[in-house]
Amino acid sequence: MSTRKPGSKELPIGAVVTKSSMEYETGDWGVEKPQIDLEKCTQCTLCHYFCPEGAITVNDDGYPEVQNNYCKGCGICAEECPVKCIEMVRMK
Amino acid sequence: MSAKQILMGLNGDESVAYATKQVNPDIVAAYPITPQTIIVEKYSEYVADGEVDSEFVAVESEHSALSSCVGASAAGARAFTATAANGLALMWEITFIASGLRLPIVMAIVNRSVGGPINIHNDHSDSMGARDSGWIQIHCENSQEVYDASITAWRMAEHPDVLLPVMVCLDGFTLSHTMENVLTLPDKVVSDFVGEREFITVEGHMGETELRLNPEVPLTFGPVDLQDYYFEHKLHQIEAMKQAFKVIPEIDAEYAKVSGRSYDLLHPYRMEDAEVALLGLGSTMGTVRHTVDQLRDEGVKAGLVKMRVFRPFPSSELVDALKDIPAVGVLDKSLSLGAPGGPLYEETKAALYHLPKKPLIANYIHGLGGRDTGPQLIRGVFESLLEIKDKGEVGDPMNYVGARP
Ligand code: SF4
Ligand code: SF4
Repeated sequence: MSTRKPGSKELPIGAVVTKSSMEYETGDWGVEKPQIDLEKCTQCTLCHYFCPEGAITVNDDGYPEVQNNYCKGCGICAEECPVKCIEMVRMK
Repeated sequence: MSAKQILMGLNGDESVAYATKQVNPDIVAAYPITPQTIIVEKYSEYVADGEVDSEFVAVESEHSALSSCVGASAAGARAFTATAANGLALMWEITFIASGLRLPIVMAIVNRSVGGPINIHNDHSDSMGARDSGWIQIHCENSQEVYDASITAWRMAEHPDVLLPVMVCLDGFTLSHTMENVLTLPDKVVSDFVGEREFITVEGHMGETELRLNPEVPLTFGPVDLQDYYFEHKLHQIEAMKQAFKVIPEIDAEYAKVSGRSYDLLHPYRMEDAEVALLGLGSTMGTVRHTVDQLRDEGVKAGLVKMRVFRPFPSSELVDALKDIPAVGVLDKSLSLGAPGGPLYEETKAALYHLPKKPLIANYIHGLGGRDTGPQLIRGVFESLLEIKDKGEVGDPMNYVGARP
């Protein structure tokens, strides 16, 4: 992170947040990412509801999709998937 | 021209409650604790009798009292609370949050010793314990000052260059439960003086907006603020404290125009040719003034400096007031256990450090747990200072006035 950060005079008073959380990508926090085996997936969407980051969206075909730039790698989706079709894979 | 005033018999707590009633803040969230209780009782009566528009939030703890004020103030409300001693200790976490989020809350501190051992009487261990939390602190000598500060505090807190919460400090029992004559302004004069709360605009994540919670243009208050930004936000608070040096006298001057009563950061008394002087806070300074007058009648060149505003600490005014005085005594009504001296003494010494020629300076801890500090004891302090002046050295600077060795 070599970009210059704003100095105190450029920052708003009150420590209010200056950018939307959409721009605050937390995907590099974790060490593992979920990999979903769509062959076994029953489209129950539980992973979508359980993900604390809202990082699993459901596509037009009804299948879950992981937004890797927001996934923190907590593994809750893999734990909760009733058919155990999510595997947490260590990132390189 | 100053307004027509009504003379009332009010104790310190009632002065807070009455002034606050005239300010009519949007919310008052408070938990009763001796010796602040009268404020909560009185204000609840005003609410029950429909004399104010304020929402009274009967919280279950002081932590919740200040937390409610934080939420309300962030939403743009005027929020008031009051506490004392262990109540302030329970608020401690939130005191930093209120200041860090730049919320102009006003809180009366009815100074009481922080237990244990448990004691309900006056000293300054509560507000001194909160001195690093980023609040402006005004210390009052009598109920008139309490009334006036309970009005001006709002303008200081809400000034766009300041935006810091304010503690109005009054000595428990000595002021809180002692009836005095207090000149009060008409309601309209007070409401005109405090006006409406102003808001600065900030650039939030949805664009430019007023610094308050508003569902139309959302802002996030109090986010996690880590190594890369927290320090800069502290610079903001440092700058706000600096601005307060400028803003407080401006507001006091404006208030003097409507009330006829003028206030300053520091109040020196008979200091022009003084050889010995006492510096201190709050109600003790009334006793010191009485003693100074007596000593002057006897030909002793005694003076005093009352510090009204302790945060921000008026170093340069203090240097001007004390630099030519041969011997200065600092009255502390609290301890900083294990430190070289009391907090006021230490900060005064630090302020004087750069002078080529400094006064001899000693610390007089007094009044802990409500121990009475009458004129005889203050006279003894002046005698000790005269001895220091004659000897030309301080010896042990620590004195515990009125304590049995
Ligand atoms: S690992 Fe955690 S953050 Fe990532 S998709 Fe699964 S539940 Fe969401
Ligand atoms: S929880 Fe498992 S089965 Fe259900 S939608 Fe997610 S991946 Fe598919």
